[in-house]
Amino acid sequence: MSGPSTYQPKTGVTRWLDSRLPIIRFTHDHVLTFPTPRNLNVWYTFGGILAFFLGLQIATGIVLAMHYTPDAERAFDSIEHIMRDVNSGWLIRYLHSNGASMFFLAVYIHMFRGLYYGSYKAPRELLWILGVLLYTLMILTAFLGYTLPWGQMSFWAATVITSLFSALPGIGEPIVQWLWGGFGVDSPTLNRFFSLHYLLPFVLVGLVVLHIWALHVPGNNNPLGIDVKSPRDTVPFHPYYTVKDFFYLTCFLILFAYFVFFAPEALSSPENSEHANPIVTPPEIVPEWYFLPFYTVLRSIPDKLTGVIALFAALGTLFFVPWLDLSKVRSARFRPVYKQFFWIFVADCLILGYVGANPVDATLLNTSIPLVWIGRIATLYYFAFFLVIMPLVGKLERPNPLPDSIANSVLSNAPHRTESAT
Amino acid sequence: MDHTETADPTRRDFLFIATGAMGTVGAAAALWPLIDQMNPAADVLALASIEIDLAPIQPGQSVTFTWRSHPLFVRRRTPAEIEAARAVPVEELLDPLARNANLPENAPATDENRLTPNADGQPNAQPERRTEWLVVQGICTHLGCTPEASTPQARKGDYGGWLCACHGSQYDTAGRVRVGPAPRNLDVPPYAFLSDTRIRVG
Repeated sequence: MSGPSTYQPKTGVTRWLDSRLPIIRFTHDHVLTFPTPRNLNVWYTFGGILAFFLGLQIATGIVLAMHYTPDAERAFDSIEHIMRDVNSGWLIRYLHSNGASMFFLAVYIHMFRGLYYGSYKAPRELLWILGVLLYTLMILTAFLGYTLPWGQMSFWAATVITSLFSALPGIGEPIVQWLWGGFGVDSPTLNRFFSLHYLLPFVLVGLVVLHIWALHVPGNNNPLGIDVKSPRDTVPFHPYYTVKDFFYLTCFLILFAYFVFFAPEALSSPENSEHANPIVTPPEIVPEWYFLPFYTVLRSIPDKLTGVIALFAALGTLFFVPWLDLSKVRSARFRPVYKQFFWIFVADCLILGYVGANPVDATLLNTSIPLVWIGRIATLYYFAFFLVIMPLVGKLERPNPLPDSIANSVLSNAPHRTESAT
Repeated sequence: MDHTETADPTRRDFLFIATGAMGTVGAAAALWPLIDQMNPAADVLALASIEIDLAPIQPGQSVTFTWRSHPLFVRRRTPAEIEAARAVPVEELLDPLARNANLPENAPATDENRLTPNADGQPNAQPERRTEWLVVQGICTHLGCTPEASTPQARKGDYGGWLCACHGSQYDTAGRVRVGPAPRNLDVPPYAFLSDTRIRVG
């Protein structure tokens, strides 16, 4: 994508450096002058937002680890110590706990963006797969981190999730005991969860490097879903997209700041303010909001092993999306049928989340329709969208005509744009 | 096989494969301690058995103890509860196996088989008194929640045993699953009567 390097070292020092470790040239080519489609919209700023939040989680996490004690007797108290005694501890912890929620909000928007504009299609299959891998590791990291405060919900979430593996016939029990390091979730479990929670973000950083590398080979997809054909279709990343990313990051941080400063506990369960107790299960075990759709998939199936398989399949299916969508056209802008199924899919994920947030025997609003059936239908649609609708619509749909180039499409209505802007 | 030209294996091929194989075995051997360290440590295993005094437990009461960092239910059943558990034909059960660590794995889930066999050689054994005592692990066999006990005073669920609030599984007065999603009866841990009022679990 990036042509020959245009970097010219100007001083003796940079010339010396450039012939030994061309790090300035690398930055110049991949950050400053990187040719980027000129039509990227707001939904393309979430990659940058995600990078920011990964950095924020690592920075606040390292600091929190200086005050936290991963021991079943003392973990809960050390969190209270952070909240009450450590200077600015409350702020750092709320940034970290709400940062996780914002991280997931951003990743979901980023993923829906990819699904809408067909960003997973050739030649970006590996880019997408690396993304799903990143998302999987995010889930794992968030789950491990949620155990650390050692509240009731921490403890029981850890118990329920690790017990998922007990569904495996024969090897289930030994695997679960191996994960626990005992006969139940206890200090050894907490200690290893802490160790892995500290490790995985750095694995994420490594994968992000690969993700960006895989992005910079074919270059960005764009809302039109057509390839860049000439330099007229692109603008340099800096200042065009550095400014755009920075602006929308700031908007997103306003939402983040609202949660951190005005509703810091809004997204967490009050049960977690109670010390973990292995003898008493809370009346209801509810995961964090960002796991609710998967939780509904698990609960929708009355058989244990099948439920667990469906849960993992819901995530695993994402890896195969590049080969499930058979359409030659990338962007849903030119796919009138797929576009409708896509928006139903977005609604479906929200419905799955809503069902997961409610008790298992709840009914829909004031009706007598059991939510479990709504969850089952939504689960069915979730899988049907990927396994049936994507291949079939891709084959049968007649897409609208594509514009011949990004530049023509964007610049032909430029006067019109200026008019409406004034 | 027939037309492919394969040169005879040379000394170099042999060394290459032998080195690769040794390297793989060595790497696997080096990896094993790193995996095995996560299994329960010696101090955890050492705390694997407890003794429980049954004397203070009243009929109709279910008391929760902690065994191997999990809840353990010790229930002194009323005659009505024993009667109810015995009245159920095994064919009607969701899980027809006893799940009793004190019995063979294929023992059917009759009420008797949910208790420990009184073959502990005690001369003063009173088997009819011991049928009162039900000892099961308080771990829902679905995803590990702790079910709530249903007592004659506060009934929970339809079968008089336990109700798991997490996903709605129900157990009867012999700790057998009667309503899913739990797939198995509550596990009966290895335990034995030391006297009529004392048991050792584990």
